[in-house]
Amino acid sequence: MRLNLTVNGEPRQADDVWEGESLLFLLRERLGLPGSKNACEQGECGSCTVYLDGTPVCSCLVAAGQAEGRAVRTVEGLAEEGDLDRVQRAFLEAGAVQCGFCTPGLIVAAHDLLARVPDPSDGEIREALAGNLCRCTGYEAILDAVRTAARR
Amino acid sequence: MCTTYSVTWYDTTTWYDSEEIREVDFLRPSSMAEALAAKAERPDAVPIAGGTDVMVELNFDRTRPDALLDLTGIAELAEWSDTGDGGIRLGAGVSYTRIITELGQRLPGLAMASRTVGSPQIRNRGTVGGNLGAASPAGDTHPVLLATGASVELASTRGLRTVPAEEFYVGVKRSVLAPDELITAVLLPGTTAPQQFSKIGTRNAMVIAVCSFAIALHPEQAATGNSTVGTGIGSAGPTPLRATEAERFLTAELANADQWTSPRALDDSVRRRFGDLVAAAASPIDDVRGSAAYRRHALAVLARRTLGWAWWDYCLERTSRCA
Ligand SMILES: Cc1cc2nc3c(=O)[nH]c(=O)nc-3n(C[C@H](O)[C@H](O)[C@H](O)COP(=O)(O)OP(=O)(O)OC[C@H]3O[C@@H](n4cnc5c(N)ncnc54)[C@H](O)[C@@H]3O)c2cc1C
Ligand code: FES
Ligand code: FES
Repeated sequence: MRLNLTVNGEPRQADDVWEGESLLFLLRERLGLPGSKNACEQGECGSCTVYLDGTPVCSCLVAAGQAEGRAVRTVEGLAEEGDLDRVQRAFLEAGAVQCGFCTPGLIVAAHDLLARVPDPSDGEIREALAGNLCRCTGYEAILDAVRTAARR
Repeated sequence: MCTTYSVTWYDTTTWYDSEEIREVDFLRPSSMAEALAAKAERPDAVPIAGGTDVMVELNFDRTRPDALLDLTGIAELAEWSDTGDGGIRLGAGVSYTRIITELGQRLPGLAMASRTVGSPQIRNRGTVGGNLGAASPAGDTHPVLLATGASVELASTRGLRTVPAEEFYVGVKRSVLAPDELITAVLLPGTTAPQQFSKIGTRNAMVIAVCSFAIALHPEQAATGNSTVGTGIGSAGPTPLRATEAERFLTAELANADQWTSPRALDDSVRRRFGDLVAAAASPIDDVRGSAAYRRHALAVLARRTLGWAWWDYCLERTSRCA
Protein backbone atom coordinates (compact mmCIF):
# COMPACT_ATOMS: atom_id res chain seq x y z
CA MET A 1 0.00 0.00 0.00
CA ARG A 2 0.97 3.61 -0.25
CA LEU A 3 1.92 5.42 2.94
CA ASN A 4 2.16 9.12 3.67
CA LEU A 5 3.90 10.34 6.78
CA THR A 6 6.17 13.09 7.99
CA VAL A 7 9.76 12.07 8.65
CA ASN A 8 12.15 14.52 10.26
CA GLY A 9 9.88 17.38 9.28
CA GLU A 10 9.58 16.37 5.61
CA PRO A 11 6.48 14.83 4.04
CA ARG A 12 7.42 11.41 2.73
CA GLN A 13 5.64 8.84 0.64
CA ALA A 14 6.34 5.15 0.25
CA ASP A 15 4.77 2.72 -2.20
CA ASP A 16 4.29 -1.04 -2.14
CA VAL A 17 4.60 -1.13 1.61
CA TRP A 18 3.72 -4.49 3.08
CA GLU A 19 1.49 -3.90 6.14
CA GLY A 20 3.09 -6.60 8.20
CA GLU A 21 6.40 -4.79 8.03
CA SER A 22 7.60 -2.57 10.80
CA LEU A 23 8.18 1.16 10.84
CA LEU A 24 11.85 0.29 11.34
CA PHE A 25 11.92 -1.60 8.05
CA LEU A 26 10.10 1.21 6.31
CA LEU A 27 12.61 3.78 7.57
CA ARG A 28 15.71 1.77 6.78
CA GLU A 29 14.84 -0.07 3.61
CA ARG A 30 12.34 2.18 1.89
CA LEU A 31 13.10 5.69 3.07
CA GLY A 32 16.89 5.41 3.15
CA LEU A 33 17.28 6.24 6.83
CA PRO A 34 19.56 3.55 8.28
CA GLY A 35 20.32 5.47 11.48
CA SER A 36 17.82 3.46 13.50
CA LYS A 37 19.27 0.00 14.00
CA ASN A 38 17.73 -3.44 13.93
CA ALA A 39 19.28 -5.62 16.61
CA CYS A 40 16.47 -7.73 18.01
CA GLU A 41 13.17 -6.94 16.31
CA GLN A 42 11.37 -7.68 19.57
CA GLY A 43 11.47 -4.50 21.61
CA GLU A 44 14.25 -5.69 23.91
CA CYS A 45 17.23 -3.61 22.83
CA GLY A 46 15.98 -0.11 22.00
CA SER A 47 18.41 0.31 19.07
CA CYS A 48 15.47 1.19 16.82
CA THR A 49 14.08 3.94 19.08
CA VAL A 50 12.47 6.85 17.22
CA TYR A 51 9.97 9.53 18.13
CA LEU A 52 6.45 8.78 16.91
CA ASP A 53 4.31 11.89 17.30
CA GLY A 54 6.84 13.09 19.88
CA THR A 55 6.92 9.87 21.94
CA PRO A 56 9.92 7.52 21.92
CA VAL A 57 8.94 4.05 20.73
CA CYS A 58 10.63 0.94 19.40
CA SER A 59 10.08 1.35 15.66
CA CYS A 60 10.40 -2.43 15.24
CA LEU A 61 7.12 -2.79 17.16
CA VAL A 62 5.12 -0.24 15.19
CA ALA A 63 3.39 -1.60 12.08
CA ALA A 64 4.32 0.57 9.11
CA GLY A 65 0.62 1.12 8.42
CA GLN A 66 0.20 2.58 11.92
CA ALA A 67 2.54 5.43 10.97
CA GLU A 68 0.19 6.68 8.22
CA GLY A 69 -0.35 10.41 8.74
CA ARG A 70 1.95 10.51 11.76
CA ALA A 71 5.17 12.37 12.42
CA VAL A 72 8.36 10.38 12.90
CA ARG A 73 11.66 11.81 14.09
CA THR A 74 14.72 9.63 13.82
CA VAL A 75 18.28 10.08 15.03
CA GLU A 76 19.03 11.63 11.62
CA GLY A 77 16.57 14.40 12.46
CA LEU A 78 18.16 15.54 15.72
CA ALA A 79 20.98 17.62 14.25
CA GLU A 80 19.78 21.05 13.26
CA GLU A 81 21.33 22.76 10.25
CA GLY A 82 24.32 20.51 10.40
CA ASP A 83 25.00 21.14 14.09
CA LEU A 84 24.92 18.01 16.15
CA ASP A 85 22.43 18.00 19.02
CA ARG A 86 23.95 18.41 22.52
CA VAL A 87 23.33 14.73 23.28
CA GLN A 88 25.16 13.66 20.11
CA ARG A 89 28.09 15.96 20.92
CA ALA A 90 28.26 14.67 24.48
CA PHE A 91 28.34 11.04 23.27
CA LEU A 92 31.31 11.92 21.04
CA GLU A 93 33.15 13.78 23.77
CA ALA A 94 32.57 11.17 26.46
CA GLY A 95 33.62 8.33 24.14
CA ALA A 96 30.28 6.71 24.81
CA VAL A 97 30.45 4.83 21.51
CA GLN A 98 32.29 1.62 20.73
CA CYS A 99 30.71 -0.44 17.96
CA GLY A 100 27.96 2.18 17.79
CA PHE A 101 25.06 -0.16 17.22
CA CYS A 102 23.19 0.94 20.34
CA THR A 103 24.09 4.61 19.93
CA PRO A 104 21.21 5.97 17.80
CA GLY A 105 18.61 4.47 20.11
CA LEU A 106 20.37 5.66 23.24
CA ILE A 107 20.69 9.15 21.81
CA VAL A 108 16.98 9.38 21.03
CA ALA A 109 16.08 8.00 24.49
CA ALA A 110 18.47 10.43 26.21
CA HIS A 111 17.24 13.30 24.04
CA ASP A 112 13.68 12.60 25.21
CA LEU A 113 14.76 12.35 28.86
CA LEU A 114 16.46 15.74 28.78
CA ALA A 115 13.46 17.32 27.08
CA ARG A 116 11.26 16.11 29.95
CA VAL A 117 13.73 16.30 32.85
CA PRO A 118 16.37 19.00 32.38
CA ASP A 119 18.49 17.94 35.35
CA PRO A 120 18.01 14.20 35.83
CA SER A 121 19.41 12.25 38.76
CA ASP A 122 21.50 9.16 38.04
CA GLY A 123 18.48 7.07 38.99
CA GLU A 124 16.34 8.90 36.46
CA ILE A 125 18.96 8.44 33.75
CA ARG A 126 19.20 4.71 34.41
CA GLU A 127 15.43 4.38 34.45
CA ALA A 128 15.07 6.31 31.18
CA LEU A 129 17.71 4.19 29.45
CA ALA A 130 16.53 0.86 30.87
CA GLY A 131 15.13 -0.15 27.48
CA ASN A 132 18.40 0.37 25.62
CA LEU A 133 21.01 -2.36 25.68
CA CYS A 134 24.71 -1.83 24.97
CA ARG A 135 26.94 -4.88 24.58
CA CYS A 136 30.23 -2.92 24.48
CA THR A 137 30.65 0.04 26.76
CA GLY A 138 29.51 -1.10 30.18
CA TYR A 139 27.30 2.01 30.27
CA GLU A 140 29.57 4.22 32.40
CA ALA A 141 30.62 6.45 29.49
CA ILE A 142 27.01 6.61 28.36
CA LEU A 143 25.92 7.87 31.77
CA ASP A 144 28.76 10.43 31.63
CA ALA A 145 27.56 11.60 28.23
CA VAL A 146 24.01 12.12 29.46
CA ARG A 147 25.22 14.02 32.53
CA THR A 148 27.41 16.19 30.29
CA ALA A 149 24.55 16.89 27.88
CA ALA A 150 22.30 17.86 30.80
CA ARG A 151 24.81 20.49 31.93
CA ARG A 152 24.75 22.23 28.53
CA MET B 1 -14.01 5.78 6.60
CA CYS B 2 -12.67 2.35 7.16
CA THR B 3 -10.09 1.88 4.46
CA THR B 4 -9.06 -1.57 3.31
CA TYR B 5 -5.86 -2.07 1.42
CA SER B 6 -5.08 -5.29 -0.33
CA VAL B 7 -1.41 -5.91 -0.23
CA THR B 8 1.16 -8.54 -0.76
CA TRP B 9 2.17 -10.84 2.04
CA TYR B 10 5.69 -12.11 1.67
CA ASP B 11 7.14 -15.04 3.47
CA THR B 12 9.07 -13.02 6.03
CA THR B 13 11.78 -15.56 6.61
CA THR B 14 12.98 -15.17 3.06
CA TRP B 15 10.93 -12.29 1.98
CA TYR B 16 13.66 -10.23 0.40
CA ASP B 17 13.87 -12.65 -2.50
CA SER B 18 10.83 -14.85 -2.12
CA GLU B 19 8.10 -14.83 -4.69
CA GLU B 20 5.67 -16.37 -2.23
CA ILE B 21 2.93 -13.84 -1.79
CA ARG B 22 -0.10 -13.61 0.38
CA GLU B 23 -2.92 -11.13 0.60
CA VAL B 24 -3.39 -9.25 3.83
CA ASP B 25 -5.85 -6.51 4.58
CA PHE B 26 -4.98 -3.58 6.74
CA LEU B 27 -8.14 -2.22 8.33
CA ARG B 28 -7.92 1.24 9.77
CA PRO B 29 -11.19 2.24 11.42
CA SER B 30 -11.43 5.75 12.84
CA SER B 31 -14.32 5.13 15.23
CA MET B 32 -15.46 2.34 17.52
CA ALA B 33 -18.58 1.76 15.40
CA GLU B 34 -16.43 1.24 12.31
CA ALA B 35 -14.08 -1.04 14.21
CA LEU B 36 -16.94 -3.22 15.46
CA ALA B 37 -18.46 -3.41 12.00
CA ALA B 38 -15.07 -4.41 10.60
CA LYS B 39 -14.57 -7.07 13.29
CA ALA B 40 -18.07 -8.48 12.68
CA GLU B 41 -17.32 -8.78 8.99
CA ARG B 42 -13.77 -10.05 9.50
CA PRO B 43 -13.63 -11.97 12.79
CA ASP B 44 -10.25 -13.31 11.62
CA ALA B 45 -8.72 -9.81 11.68
CA VAL B 46 -6.05 -9.48 14.38
CA PRO B 47 -6.45 -6.26 16.38
CA ILE B 48 -3.27 -4.28 16.82
CA ALA B 49 -3.01 -1.54 19.46
CA GLY B 50 0.48 -0.78 20.82
CA GLY B 51 1.80 -3.70 18.79
CA THR B 52 4.22 -4.75 21.53
CA ASP B 53 2.89 -8.31 21.42
CA VAL B 54 1.52 -8.46 17.87
CA MET B 55 4.62 -7.09 16.13
CA VAL B 56 6.92 -9.58 17.82
CA GLU B 57 4.71 -12.35 16.45
CA LEU B 58 4.79 -10.80 12.98
CA ASN B 59 8.52 -10.04 12.96
CA PHE B 60 9.30 -13.63 13.86
CA ASP B 61 6.73 -15.02 11.49
CA ARG B 62 4.81 -16.77 14.23
CA THR B 63 1.48 -15.36 13.06
CA ARG B 64 0.32 -14.70 9.54
CA PRO B 65 -3.03 -13.01 9.87
CA ASP B 66 -5.15 -12.41 6.78
CA ALA B 67 -6.05 -9.02 8.17
CA LEU B 68 -4.79 -6.55 10.73
CA LEU B 69 -7.21 -4.21 12.50
CA ASP B 70 -5.35 -1.10 13.63
CA LEU B 71 -6.99 0.38 16.73
CA THR B 72 -4.69 3.38 17.14
CA GLY B 73 -6.86 5.65 15.00
CA ILE B 74 -9.82 5.36 17.39
CA ALA B 75 -9.69 8.36 19.69
CA GLU B 76 -12.26 7.05 22.18
CA LEU B 77 -10.16 3.96 22.96
CA ALA B 78 -7.34 6.20 24.16
CA GLU B 79 -9.48 8.10 26.69
CA TRP B 80 -10.32 7.55 30.33
CA SER B 81 -13.19 9.05 32.29
CA ASP B 82 -14.91 9.08 35.69
CA THR B 83 -17.71 6.57 36.07
CA GLY B 84 -19.69 8.87 38.37
CA ASP B 85 -19.40 6.58 41.43
CA GLY B 86 -15.74 7.32 42.05
CA GLY B 87 -14.50 4.66 39.66
CA ILE B 88 -12.62 5.00 36.41
CA ARG B 89 -13.44 3.77 32.94
CA LEU B 90 -10.07 3.24 31.35
CA GLY B 91 -10.12 3.01 27.55
CA ALA B 92 -8.44 -0.15 26.29
CA GLY B 93 -5.93 1.91 24.30
CA VAL B 94 -4.55 4.15 27.07
CA SER B 95 -0.79 3.56 27.29
CA TYR B 96 1.00 2.47 30.46
CA THR B 97 2.91 5.75 30.48
CA ARG B 98 -0.35 7.69 30.61
CA ILE B 99 -1.73 5.45 33.37
CA ILE B 100 1.38 6.23 35.41
CA THR B 101 1.39 9.99 34.80
CA GLU B 102 -2.34 10.70 34.69
CA LEU B 103 -3.80 8.08 37.05
CA GLY B 104 -0.95 7.27 39.43
CA GLN B 105 -2.87 8.61 42.43
CA ARG B 106 -6.30 7.26 41.58
CA LEU B 107 -5.28 3.79 40.40
CA PRO B 108 -2.25 3.12 42.60
CA GLY B 109 -2.10 -0.64 42.07
CA LEU B 110 -2.46 -0.46 38.31
CA ALA B 111 0.12 2.33 38.14
CA MET B 112 2.58 0.23 40.18
CA ALA B 113 2.14 -2.69 37.82
CA SER B 114 2.44 -0.37 34.82
CA ARG B 115 5.78 0.97 36.08
CA THR B 116 7.19 -2.56 35.99
CA VAL B 117 6.18 -3.24 32.38
CA GLY B 118 9.08 -3.51 29.93
CA SER B 119 10.90 -0.23 29.38
CA PRO B 120 9.91 3.39 28.72
CA GLN B 121 9.52 2.64 25.01
CA ILE B 122 7.28 -0.37 25.73
CA ARG B 123 5.22 1.60 28.27
CA ASN B 124 4.76 4.39 25.73
CA ARG B 125 3.02 1.96 23.37
CA GLY B 126 1.68 -0.94 25.43
CA THR B 127 -1.92 -0.90 26.67
CA VAL B 128 -4.11 -2.71 29.18
CA GLY B 129 -6.38 -3.71 26.29
CA GLY B 130 -3.39 -5.42 24.70
CA ASN B 131 -2.41 -7.10 27.96
CA LEU B 132 -5.96 -8.48 28.21
CA GLY B 133 -6.08 -9.39 24.53
CA ALA B 134 -2.88 -11.40 24.91
CA ALA B 135 -4.21 -12.89 28.19
CA SER B 136 -0.79 -14.21 29.11
CA PRO B 137 -0.77 -15.57 32.68
CA ALA B 138 2.37 -13.45 33.13
CA GLY B 139 0.73 -10.16 32.09
CA ASP B 140 1.37 -7.62 34.81
CA THR B 141 -2.00 -5.90 34.89
CA HIS B 142 -4.01 -9.06 35.55
CA PRO B 143 -3.22 -9.51 39.27
CA VAL B 144 -4.20 -5.88 39.88
CA LEU B 145 -7.44 -6.19 37.91
CA LEU B 146 -8.33 -9.25 40.02
CA ALA B 147 -7.37 -7.67 43.35
CA THR B 148 -9.22 -4.42 42.72
CA GLY B 149 -12.40 -6.10 41.49
CA ALA B 150 -12.16 -4.57 38.01
CA SER B 151 -14.36 -5.53 35.06
CA VAL B 152 -13.63 -5.74 31.37
CA GLU B 153 -15.97 -4.09 28.89
CA LEU B 154 -16.40 -6.02 25.64
CA ALA B 155 -18.25 -4.77 22.58
CA SER B 156 -19.46 -6.16 19.29
CA THR B 157 -22.19 -5.24 16.84
CA ARG B 158 -24.34 -7.57 18.97
CA GLY B 159 -23.98 -5.25 21.95
CA LEU B 160 -21.94 -4.45 25.03
CA ARG B 161 -21.16 -6.73 27.95
CA THR B 162 -19.18 -6.30 31.13
CA VAL B 163 -17.24 -9.26 32.48
CA PRO B 164 -15.62 -9.34 35.92
CA ALA B 165 -11.85 -9.76 35.48
CA GLU B 166 -12.10 -13.04 37.37
CA GLU B 167 -14.31 -14.51 34.64
CA PHE B 168 -12.33 -13.05 31.75
CA TYR B 169 -9.40 -15.48 31.75
CA VAL B 170 -10.20 -19.06 30.81
CA GLY B 171 -6.86 -20.67 30.00
CA VAL B 172 -3.27 -20.06 28.96
CA LYS B 173 -3.52 -17.04 26.63
CA ARG B 174 -7.27 -17.61 26.33
CA SER B 175 -10.14 -15.41 27.41
CA VAL B 176 -13.90 -15.10 26.95
CA LEU B 177 -13.34 -12.52 24.17
CA ALA B 178 -15.43 -13.68 21.19
CA PRO B 179 -14.02 -13.49 17.64
CA ASP B 180 -16.32 -10.61 16.72
CA GLU B 181 -15.64 -8.67 19.92
CA LEU B 182 -13.19 -5.95 20.89
CA ILE B 183 -12.10 -4.90 24.35
CA THR B 184 -13.29 -1.33 24.76
CA ALA B 185 -12.42 -0.48 28.37
CA VAL B 186 -11.60 -1.63 31.86
CA LEU B 187 -13.81 -0.48 34.71
CA LEU B 188 -11.92 0.06 37.95
CA PRO B 189 -13.63 0.86 41.25
CA GLY B 190 -12.49 4.06 42.93
CA THR B 191 -10.46 3.76 46.09
CA THR B 192 -8.53 5.72 48.64
CA ALA B 193 -7.30 2.55 50.34
CA PRO B 194 -3.81 1.15 49.84
CA GLN B 195 -2.96 -1.21 46.98
CA GLN B 196 0.33 -2.95 46.24
CA PHE B 197 1.87 -4.87 43.38
CA SER B 198 5.15 -6.71 43.36
CA LYS B 199 6.88 -8.89 40.83
CA ILE B 200 9.89 -11.19 40.71
CA GLY B 201 12.30 -10.99 37.80
CA THR B 202 15.98 -11.06 37.02
CA ARG B 203 16.20 -7.31 36.48
CA ASN B 204 14.22 -4.26 37.50
CA ALA B 205 13.35 -3.53 33.88
CA MET B 206 12.31 -5.54 30.87
CA VAL B 207 11.37 -8.77 32.59
CA ILE B 208 8.47 -11.10 32.21
CA ALA B 209 7.34 -11.92 35.72
CA VAL B 210 8.64 -15.13 37.24
CA CYS B 211 5.65 -14.58 39.48
CA SER B 212 3.76 -11.54 40.69
CA PHE B 213 1.22 -10.58 43.30
CA ALA B 214 -1.24 -7.75 43.87
CA ILE B 215 -3.23 -6.85 46.96
CA ALA B 216 -5.98 -4.27 47.40
CA LEU B 217 -7.59 -3.35 50.70
CA HIS B 218 -11.32 -2.65 50.63
CA PRO B 219 -12.13 -1.06 54.02
CA GLU B 220 -15.42 0.22 52.62
CA GLN B 221 -16.59 -3.42 52.57
CA ALA B 222 -16.04 -3.89 56.32
CA ALA B 223 -19.65 -3.04 57.14
CA THR B 224 -21.10 -5.28 54.42
CA GLY B 225 -19.48 -8.57 55.41
CA ASN B 226 -17.93 -8.84 51.94
CA SER B 227 -14.25 -9.54 51.48
CA THR B 228 -12.16 -6.60 52.64
CA VAL B 229 -9.07 -7.89 50.89
CA GLY B 230 -8.57 -8.49 47.17
CA THR B 231 -5.73 -10.57 45.75
CA GLY B 232 -4.28 -11.49 42.39
CA ILE B 233 -1.53 -13.94 41.49
CA GLY B 234 0.37 -13.69 38.22
CA SER B 235 2.56 -16.13 36.32
CA ALA B 236 1.89 -19.04 38.64
CA GLY B 237 -0.95 -20.90 36.96
CA PRO B 238 -2.60 -21.32 33.57
CA THR B 239 -4.50 -18.08 34.19
CA PRO B 240 -4.07 -15.20 36.64
CA LEU B 241 -5.64 -16.35 39.90
CA ARG B 242 -7.31 -15.01 43.01
CA ALA B 243 -6.22 -16.41 46.36
CA THR B 244 -9.72 -16.78 47.78
CA GLU B 245 -8.75 -18.70 50.92
CA ALA B 246 -6.16 -16.08 51.79
CA GLU B 247 -8.73 -13.32 51.27
CA ARG B 248 -11.23 -15.12 53.55
CA PHE B 249 -8.62 -15.70 56.24
CA LEU B 250 -7.45 -12.09 56.30
CA THR B 251 -10.96 -10.65 56.11
CA ALA B 252 -11.89 -12.65 59.21
CA GLU B 253 -8.67 -11.76 61.07
CA LEU B 254 -9.13 -8.05 60.43
CA ALA B 255 -12.81 -8.11 61.40
CA ASN B 256 -12.29 -10.11 64.62
CA ALA B 257 -9.59 -7.82 65.89
CA ASP B 258 -11.55 -4.70 64.91
CA GLN B 259 -8.57 -3.68 62.85
CA TRP B 260 -10.43 -1.47 60.38
CA THR B 261 -11.54 1.12 62.93
CA SER B 262 -8.47 1.01 65.14
CA PRO B 263 -5.67 -0.37 63.02
CA ARG B 264 -2.58 -1.83 64.68
CA ALA B 265 0.46 -3.63 63.36
CA LEU B 266 -0.34 -7.13 62.14
CA ASP B 267 1.06 -10.13 63.91
CA ASP B 268 3.87 -11.79 62.06
CA SER B 269 1.91 -15.04 62.28
CA VAL B 270 -1.00 -13.43 60.39
CA ARG B 271 1.24 -12.18 57.60
CA ARG B 272 2.92 -15.57 57.32
CA ARG B 273 -0.34 -17.48 57.25
CA PHE B 274 -1.59 -15.10 54.55
CA GLY B 275 1.58 -15.73 52.53
CA ASP B 276 1.22 -19.49 52.89
CA LEU B 277 -2.41 -19.40 51.76
CA VAL B 278 -1.48 -17.32 48.71
CA ALA B 279 1.27 -19.79 47.81
CA ALA B 280 -1.22 -22.64 48.22
CA ALA B 281 -3.66 -20.97 45.83
CA ALA B 282 -1.13 -20.96 43.00
CA SER B 283 -0.63 -23.83 40.57
CA PRO B 284 2.77 -23.03 39.11
CA ILE B 285 4.84 -25.07 36.69
CA ASP B 286 8.57 -25.48 36.12
CA ASP B 287 9.75 -23.48 33.14
CA VAL B 288 12.78 -21.57 31.90
CA ARG B 289 12.04 -18.61 34.16
CA GLY B 290 11.71 -20.54 37.39
CA SER B 291 10.70 -23.76 39.08
CA ALA B 292 7.28 -24.37 40.55
CA ALA B 293 8.81 -24.67 44.01
CA TYR B 294 10.62 -21.35 43.68
CA ARG B 295 7.45 -19.65 42.45
CA ARG B 296 5.47 -20.91 45.45
CA HIS B 297 8.18 -19.79 47.83
CA ALA B 298 8.50 -16.38 46.18
CA LEU B 299 4.73 -15.87 46.18
CA ALA B 300 4.55 -16.46 49.92
CA VAL B 301 7.24 -13.82 50.38
CA LEU B 302 5.59 -11.34 47.97
CA ALA B 303 2.21 -11.78 49.65
CA ARG B 304 3.64 -11.34 53.14
CA ARG B 305 5.59 -8.22 52.13
CA THR B 306 2.89 -6.52 50.06
CA LEU B 307 0.40 -7.09 52.88
CA GLY B 308 2.91 -5.53 55.28
CA TRP B 309 3.35 -2.45 53.06
CA ALA B 310 -0.36 -2.02 52.35
CA TRP B 311 -1.30 -2.44 55.98
CA TRP B 312 1.40 -0.04 57.10
CA ASP B 313 0.00 2.56 54.68
CA TYR B 314 -3.50 1.98 56.01
CA CYS B 315 -2.27 2.45 59.57
CA LEU B 316 -0.45 5.65 58.66
CA GLU B 317 -3.54 7.00 56.98
CA ARG B 318 -5.81 6.10 59.89
CA THR B 319 -3.75 6.66 62.96
CA SER B 320 -0.28 7.35 64.23
CA ARG B 321 -0.59 4.63 66.86
CA CYS B 322 0.55 1.87 64.54
CA ALA B 323 4.07 0.78 65.33
C1 LIG C 1 10.36 -5.94 25.26
C2 LIG C 1 9.01 -6.24 25.82
C3 LIG C 1 8.82 -6.23 27.19
C4 LIG C 1 7.56 -6.51 27.73
N1 LIG C 1 7.43 -6.49 29.08
C5 LIG C 1 6.22 -6.76 29.61
C6 LIG C 1 6.05 -6.73 31.03
O1 LIG C 1 6.99 -6.43 31.78
N2 LIG C 1 4.82 -7.03 31.52
C7 LIG C 1 3.77 -7.35 30.72
O2 LIG C 1 2.68 -7.60 31.23
N3 LIG C 1 3.91 -7.39 29.38
C8 LIG C 1 5.10 -7.11 28.81
N4 LIG C 1 5.25 -7.15 27.45
C9 LIG C 1 4.11 -7.56 26.63
C10 LIG C 1 3.25 -6.39 26.10
O3 LIG C 1 3.97 -5.19 26.12
C11 LIG C 1 1.99 -6.20 26.93
O4 LIG C 1 1.21 -7.38 26.92
C12 LIG C 1 1.13 -5.04 26.44
O5 LIG C 1 0.15 -4.75 27.39
C13 LIG C 1 0.48 -5.31 25.09
O6 LIG C 1 -0.25 -4.15 24.73
P1 LIG C 1 -0.26 -3.64 23.22
O7 LIG C 1 -1.22 -2.51 23.14
O8 LIG C 1 1.10 -3.40 22.73
O9 LIG C 1 -0.88 -4.94 22.52
P2 LIG C 1 -0.84 -5.47 21.02
O10 LIG C 1 0.46 -6.11 20.73
O11 LIG C 1 -1.33 -4.43 20.08
O12 LIG C 1 -1.97 -6.61 21.16
C14 LIG C 1 -1.80 -7.70 22.06
C15 LIG C 1 -2.95 -8.69 21.87
O13 LIG C 1 -4.18 -8.12 22.26
C16 LIG C 1 -5.06 -8.01 21.16
N5 LIG C 1 -5.71 -6.71 21.34
C17 LIG C 1 -5.11 -5.50 21.54
N6 LIG C 1 -6.03 -4.55 21.78
C18 LIG C 1 -7.23 -5.16 21.74
C19 LIG C 1 -8.58 -4.71 21.92
N7 LIG C 1 -8.87 -3.44 22.22
N8 LIG C 1 -9.59 -5.61 21.79
C20 LIG C 1 -9.31 -6.92 21.52
N9 LIG C 1 -8.07 -7.41 21.36
C21 LIG C 1 -7.04 -6.54 21.47
C22 LIG C 1 -4.21 -8.17 19.93
O14 LIG C 1 -4.93 -8.71 18.84
C23 LIG C 1 -3.16 -9.12 20.44
O15 LIG C 1 -3.64 -10.43 20.44
C24 LIG C 1 6.48 -6.83 26.88
C25 LIG C 1 6.66 -6.83 25.50
C26 LIG C 1 7.91 -6.53 24.96
C27 LIG C 1 8.09 -6.52 23.49
S1 FES D 1 15.38 -3.70 17.21
FE1 FES D 1 13.67 -2.72 18.08
S2 FES D 1 14.06 -2.95 20.16
FE2 FES D 1 15.66 -4.11 19.30
S1 FES E 1 28.66 0.52 21.61
FE1 FES E 1 28.43 -1.49 20.87
S2 FES E 1 26.44 -1.99 21.60
FE2 FES E 1 26.79 -0.11 22.53
